Amino acid sequence: MILGGVFIIMEDYILEVRNIYKSFTGAKPVLEGVNFNLKKGEIHALLGENGAGKSTLIKIISGVLQPDHGDILLKGKKVYFGNPMDAQKHGIAAVFQELALFPELSVAENIFIGHYKYRTLFRSIDWKDLYKEANSFLNSLGIEIDPKALVKDLSIAERQIVEIARVLSINPEILIMDEPTSSLTLEETQRLFNIVRSLKEKGTSIIFISHRLEEVFAIADRVTVLRDGQYIGTKNVAETSVDELIQMMVGRKLEDMYPKVETKKGELLLKVDGLTRNGEFYDVSFELFEGEVLGIAGLVGSGRTEVAQTIFGIRSKDKGKIYIRGEEVNIKNPKDAISLGIVYVPEDRHQHGLLLPMDIVCNTTLPILESLANRGIIDRKEEEILTKKYFELLDIRASGIRQKVMSLSGGNQQKVVLAKWLATKPKILILDEPTRGIDVGAKVAIYQLINKLAQEGYGIILISSEMPEIIGMSDRIIIMHEGRIVGTISRREATQEKILSMALGRKVYTKS
Amino acid sequence: MAKMGSINGLREKSYDIAKLREIGIIFPLFLFGLIIALRNPYFISWENLRYIFLDASILTIVAIGEMMVILTGGIDLSVGSNLALTGMTVSMIYRDFHNFPVILAPLIGILIGGVCGAINGLFVAKGKVIPIIATLSTMYIFRGIVYIISGGRWVNAHEMPEGYKLLTRVEILGIPILVIYALIVFLFFYYLLNYKAIGRSIYAVGNNPQSAIYIGINKVKVLFLVYLISGILAGLSGVLYTSRFASAESSAAIGFELSAISAVVIGGVKTTGGSGKIGGVVLGALLLTMIVNGLNVMKISPFYKLALQGLMFLIAVIVDSLIAERYYKGRRRRV
Repeated sequence: MILGGVFIIMEDYILEVRNIYKSFTGAKPVLEGVNFNLKKGEIHALLGENGAGKSTLIKIISGVLQPDHGDILLKGKKVYFGNPMDAQKHGIAAVFQELALFPELSVAENIFIGHYKYRTLFRSIDWKDLYKEANSFLNSLGIEIDPKALVKDLSIAERQIVEIARVLSINPEILIMDEPTSSLTLEETQRLFNIVRSLKEKGTSIIFISHRLEEVFAIADRVTVLRDGQYIGTKNVAETSVDELIQMMVGRKLEDMYPKVETKKGELLLKVDGLTRNGEFYDVSFELFEGEVLGIAGLVGSGRTEVAQTIFGIRSKDKGKIYIRGEEVNIKNPKDAISLGIVYVPEDRHQHGLLLPMDIVCNTTLPILESLANRGIIDRKEEEILTKKYFELLDIRASGIRQKVMSLSGGNQQKVVLAKWLATKPKILILDEPTRGIDVGAKVAIYQLINKLAQEGYGIILISSEMPEIIGMSDRIIIMHEGRIVGTISRREATQEKILSMALGRKVYTKS
Repeated sequence: MAKMGSINGLREKSYDIAKLREIGIIFPLFLFGLIIALRNPYFISWENLRYIFLDASILTIVAIGEMMVILTGGIDLSVGSNLALTGMTVSMIYRDFHNFPVILAPLIGILIGGVCGAINGLFVAKGKVIPIIATLSTMYIFRGIVYIISGGRWVNAHEMPEGYKLLTRVEILGIPILVIYALIVFLFFYYLLNYKAIGRSIYAVGNNPQSAIYIGINKVKVLFLVYLISGILAGLSGVLYTSRFASAESSAAIGFELSAISAVVIGGVKTTGGSGKIGGVVLGALLLTMIVNGLNVMKISPFYKLALQGLMFLIAVIVDSLIAERYYKGRRRRV
């Protein structure tokens, strides 16, 4: 029994969470009897699919939410956190997924707000001192961000770093990070890991949530898996494997994360010749065939997304030609592209893809409303029949087609985005980071869908930052670096090292 | 490879634009001043300038209160009615009790205005009523009370004690005391907004209310406070207003809330909250007053006043969004 173990080595744990239950009004409990414990100076990964209850659990630990019942023990003593400040006073601080920053305020102020250090009369803020303090603090973490810059002017990655710096400035004993690496580049992730490791050496205990299993293995000492609000188990990272963890998370054995199915390569669908948009990408040429999945790899900022958006007509090209089935086309806006059978599924599904407060039907039929209308009045029945078709094809998990999109999980939201675009009956699908931020189970569902679509003769362009995904799913991979294609390799020759070294531009350097 | 310090080049630019927004008010201030002065030199006479500053003083005080509310993403439509209610009540007190010490008048104004503001604060902060609905209701309620207590009667100049009228007519070192009142209010809130944690909390709540809670800011307290401040300053202005015009009427300051909101928006405060400087609000109030005064001086029908004020409001909002758009465009190019 777990409980027996807890009693024997209780002294070791800085934090213990016992038998936590939490439910939100009427719904199925989000947490059902969850246990979690944290040793002093360890990095403990918390794993689970979206909706497994990880975020709820850490919100309870950090005082944002209160459990229905169950206990939190800090150094063996029972504590109750009514709000985040209570937890902070006990040395617990969290970096949440939804960044808690103030965009119109400076970096320095974002770091120190809530705990200004006053050295002046009347407890007023000394700005010179504040900026100096922030500067030396950021430097000590090896971060080069101007403390006077406003947060709204920073990139997403920089904001994430500021958020982490803010929490570190509290100097917590227990640090909780909910997917801190989700928008960081490899280099930045590495730097963050170095910071985390040095904190660990100083005795800080860290709870680390990530979707990327590689990261769990890179940094964590132990890992706890939750599934559907239940505690599944805790393992030493050194004694477990990717397969075992996935099995614990998904609850079934996954034969293969990437169930690639060979498809027959059909006719030439799309040909891009010398596409250029000054300042963003240059001389991009490639071909896409029916039934083919073409991967585009490259670092964030390499021009992948820009190329895709130019083909889709969101951006205008400066030079180059686009051919569809051998005919040159002139795409001036997304409407042109859609009528030519091209769709682009953007990375940020909240910003570009979905009307969150509306239901699945409304979202699915949005781009084709005109064709569903009879003298300007929408045929509701036709609308539902059509939605049902894609609802079933994509296996969307919802209470029904009238469920509001906002209350779906990330993976299912992404499926609704796909349903919406598939309803326009495209031939060419451009998927930009289709699995970002969704859990393993939903990822596999998306992969299976990509296979199914390829088998049906769609041509698919897959843009992804996740190497295993792009290698696992693509028939051919083109690699971009600083706006240029630096290589094309087939599925058989592809390895992570090869792609990465090209994406980092090493090949370019050896040539010049 | 994307480096963490890659915004170095942008930084300078973002500062320029932030500064530009405040400087951007000074430019039309002088431009309009010049145009009006060319048509009627009386406009820049000492007498008229003094008049503008006196008018702008009361607007500035109310606008600073309004700014606090708008910084949190809210709005206070009740300031005009609050001003009238406080002005009427205090005037009636001094009409009926001539010997009441005049020095207490501003304090009574602050008290009554503060109660009105606290009512708004309770609705918005505790009751979670949408600010525009809460303060629209109290705007009518306060105005209604003015009519009820006054029975529609004015308090006329001859009914007011001399001391009460002197409250805004004294000069110190040649500077009208009304301007000094405004200056004190400005300095106090400049310090509060920029150098006190509570002031920064107001910005924080306007930026991201959820995060404000995460970092331990008492959102309810901050929201209550901004409506209280807005009420207090409107109340203080009520006393100054009746003293300056030596009369209290039931329909005083109708539409004054729009002038205050215009001054705040023209001054560069974002209507969505979280951003804006108090110096800009003072300039905004000055610009607005100057233009209204200029219309009078140029003998343009006062009927144009409201429409023109609305137009300026619109221009300010459009200019702000244009600046933001151009700025982000420039930013994308560089990245």
